[in-house]
Amino acid sequence: MAKNYGVFDILGPVMIGPSSSHTAGAARLGRIAANIAGSDIKKVTFLLHGSFAKTYKGHGTDKALLAGVLGFEPHDERLRDSFIIASKEGLEYEFIESDLGDVHPNTVKFLFEKSNGTAFTVTGSSIGGGNVLIKEVNGEEVEFTGEYPTIITKHYDRPGVITAVTSLLSELKVNIAFMKVIRKSKGQMASMVVETDNPIPDEAIEGISKIKDIEKVFLVKPI
Amino acid sequence: MFSSAKELLEYCIKNNVKISAAIIDDEAKTSEKSKGEVMERMRQSLEVMRSSASQGLEKDIKSISGLIGGDAKRINDNINKNKTLCGSNINKAMARAFSSSEVNSAMGRIVAAPTAGSCGILPAVIITAAENFNSTEEEIVNSLFTASAVGAIIAGNATLSGAEGGCQAECGSASAMAAAACVELAGGTPEMSFHAAAIAIKCILGLVCDPIAGLVEAPCAKRNAMGSVNAMAAADMALAGVKSIIPFDEVVDAMYRIGKSMPFELRETSLGGLAATPTGIKLHKEIF
Repeated sequence: MAKNYGVFDILGPVMIGPSSSHTAGAARLGRIAANIAGSDIKKVTFLLHGSFAKTYKGHGTDKALLAGVLGFEPHDERLRDSFIIASKEGLEYEFIESDLGDVHPNTVKFLFEKSNGTAFTVTGSSIGGGNVLIKEVNGEEVEFTGEYPTIITKHYDRPGVITAVTSLLSELKVNIAFMKVIRKSKGQMASMVVETDNPIPDEAIEGISKIKDIEKVFLVKPI
Repeated sequence: MFSSAKELLEYCIKNNVKISAAIIDDEAKTSEKSKGEVMERMRQSLEVMRSSASQGLEKDIKSISGLIGGDAKRINDNINKNKTLCGSNINKAMARAFSSSEVNSAMGRIVAAPTAGSCGILPAVIITAAENFNSTEEEIVNSLFTASAVGAIIAGNATLSGAEGGCQAECGSASAMAAAACVELAGGTPEMSFHAAAIAIKCILGLVCDPIAGLVEAPCAKRNAMGSVNAMAAADMALAGVKSIIPFDEVVDAMYRIGKSMPFELRETSLGGLAATPTGIKLHKEIF
């Protein structure tokens, strides 16, 4: 058997209809993206690609994406009323049908505007059954599911950076489940995506941020 | 996890256990949780299923696009009013399948079983069967693990996605899962469960996925009702001792191959089948 499925992968997710990829997956994408972007989001613009762009109204993909940004889970019945709730909370939003290029048909790019004037982008795809993949964070190419605690770094591509991060995690007894290092060109900026089995303590993030050649580090809690 | 029906059946026979017992043990082990925790999580899913399968019986539910709605109530209201060919049992199951599908299309809460598009079949069949057999809560929860095992084997060796395999992969799989589960609920053997699952898929082989306007509404809701009846008929055949001549694993393989050889127009793209009929196209234009 090529793939392994757990009992609750098959009977699940518990979700708001009508489509696990267009609605439940969209809600998860919204939640993960907002979680990465952090607090104080003033406005979010959703660039909808492919099937997301074509059928978002009928599938409630727009409501689900916004509900996710508001922090609602895919089974939260408030998902249907997310437009009203966002307006009440003063969160501005806009949906734009776009062509994001050679990406999965169910892809969305979130353009966040924060209260302090800064911008933040996240791109993700809903790949079926409510499962998602985050593909881009603030221009950095990444790839993770959001199912595991995930550390994303922005660092200089120099020897020892990766070892420093992994040994710090090992000291804190955090087991690495998956890891990917991405760089645009040798010696330049790179990023590391580390998905772990255990919750990542704050001290790990503090420690990593102090490592030489690490410019930035994010923690994405599992959703 | 068990990679095939053959492997799971061998385990059940060797250890003299039901499919559900084997799967609950396996899930507890791999998730490092207690059996009680695993059972409790499934019991919560059952509650969601009960709610989605009953809401539409009493009230008219309209889908987001307005394309479907009210059919669960229509069937339920008709059961004791007019003559029916299928009788109250089958009509009740059909009404319940419609109910979950309508709740789904109206952005209500459902359990994807195995997908949102096929979420009506398993609740309809399990609830109706449990009512007939006077099953205990524990037996019902157990049977959902049997259903899930069948789904996991299909997912691992073929697909549960309409975009990949057509509706046979969604409603066909849901129907096979439900058939196997209610055989266990009726006291049938693990072999009978897999005969039922094989028969259920066989009767939906080649079923295309052609949602009108690309929405999980029509013909999905009616196929959920049909898939429930198919599951119940397959279960009764197996309980009577009818065997699937082709083993379940080979039926799943055939389903996957058929899915792959179906043109992409017939796999959730809404470019073929009912979606491409003049009325299907007209409705699409009206909605979007």
